[in-house]
Amino acid sequence: MGDVIVVTSGKGGVGKTTTTANLGTGLAKQGYSVVLVDTDIGLRNLDVVMGLENRIVYDIVDVTNGHCRLKQALIKDKRFEKMYLLPAAQTKEKTAVTQEQMVELCRNLKNEFDYVIIDCPAGIEQGFKNAIIGAEKAIVVTTPEVAAVRDADRVIGLLEAQGIEQPQLVINRIRADMVKHGDMMDIDDIIDILAVDLLGVVPEDELIVISTNRGEPAVLDVQSKAGEAYRNISRRIAGEDVPIMPLEVNEGIMSRLKKLIGMR
Amino acid sequence: MFELLQRLLGKDESAQSKNVAKERLQLVLVKDRCTIAPHILESLKVDLIEVISNYMEIDEKGLDVTISDDDQSLALVANIPILRMRRTPKKASR
Repeated sequence: MGDVIVVTSGKGGVGKTTTTANLGTGLAKQGYSVVLVDTDIGLRNLDVVMGLENRIVYDIVDVTNGHCRLKQALIKDKRFEKMYLLPAAQTKEKTAVTQEQMVELCRNLKNEFDYVIIDCPAGIEQGFKNAIIGAEKAIVVTTPEVAAVRDADRVIGLLEAQGIEQPQLVINRIRADMVKHGDMMDIDDIIDILAVDLLGVVPEDELIVISTNRGEPAVLDVQSKAGEAYRNISRRIAGEDVPIMPLEVNEGIMSRLKKLIGMR
Repeated sequence: MFELLQRLLGKDESAQSKNVAKERLQLVLVKDRCTIAPHILESLKVDLIEVISNYMEIDEKGLDVTISDDDQSLALVANIPILRMRRTPKKASR
């Protein structure tokens, strides 16, 4: 019996889909069987982030409506034998899946896979409710910005009201240089405000853009700092005790110069 | 001039924008978390009426309970029109 984990945030654009793709791939790399479920009906993106967009035949609505069997809609990953994607529908209404159907779907999937990871749409409406209804655990993604942290707080409240206790936080796109100068909230500030457990911290990394361009999750790129953070997080999900990696400042020539002449 | 220097060296903590962000967030979240569902507010009203009716007769229709907030704080504001005081409370105080 596998774990059903929803990846959510409230605010859009903070990295839910990137996080889902990377954590799923990270778990598959460790040898677990994983299914990624895109519940963002009408705005599906997990397929392109995973580089599987050309293989889609059926989608989640076809499954819940009974137009195809679950196995027919699951797309096998290019890289890992035991990883699959269940894509969202692109041309159907957001209300095409009911909460009962989602519960049933999650129950079927967790019988087959070690990890069922659900990519939740932005917002807190029907799509969000559908995405969380079948989940037992939640990962809340935020960035160190006031709007994202505020929305994360709202979502944490809604998750707890749904009975998903102790959601875990991923702080995405943190910039060590800005934190150092006091121009970005640091990890402690955010944990202090939200009062939740920290699952991981992902640094801002240009390689994420490049890996997404290619449809190859950064977690597989040994050069990528964000990829390293995602590798650590996926090991934590699997129960390993991995310390949070310290934020590294890429020192520019000016700050090195300042240090040299003793200004700091 | 001194202030500018301090800012340049990043030593003035209150001027750090992350502290501004944190303070603003903490304030706004107090309010966000205090939004109360209508059915809970209704049930609060019923309980209030029950307790207060032990001591005075009130106009239940004129009862108004809201959460008010200004910039600094939150308050539960109840406006309860009294019709008549009871000479002896209904229930003996415990």
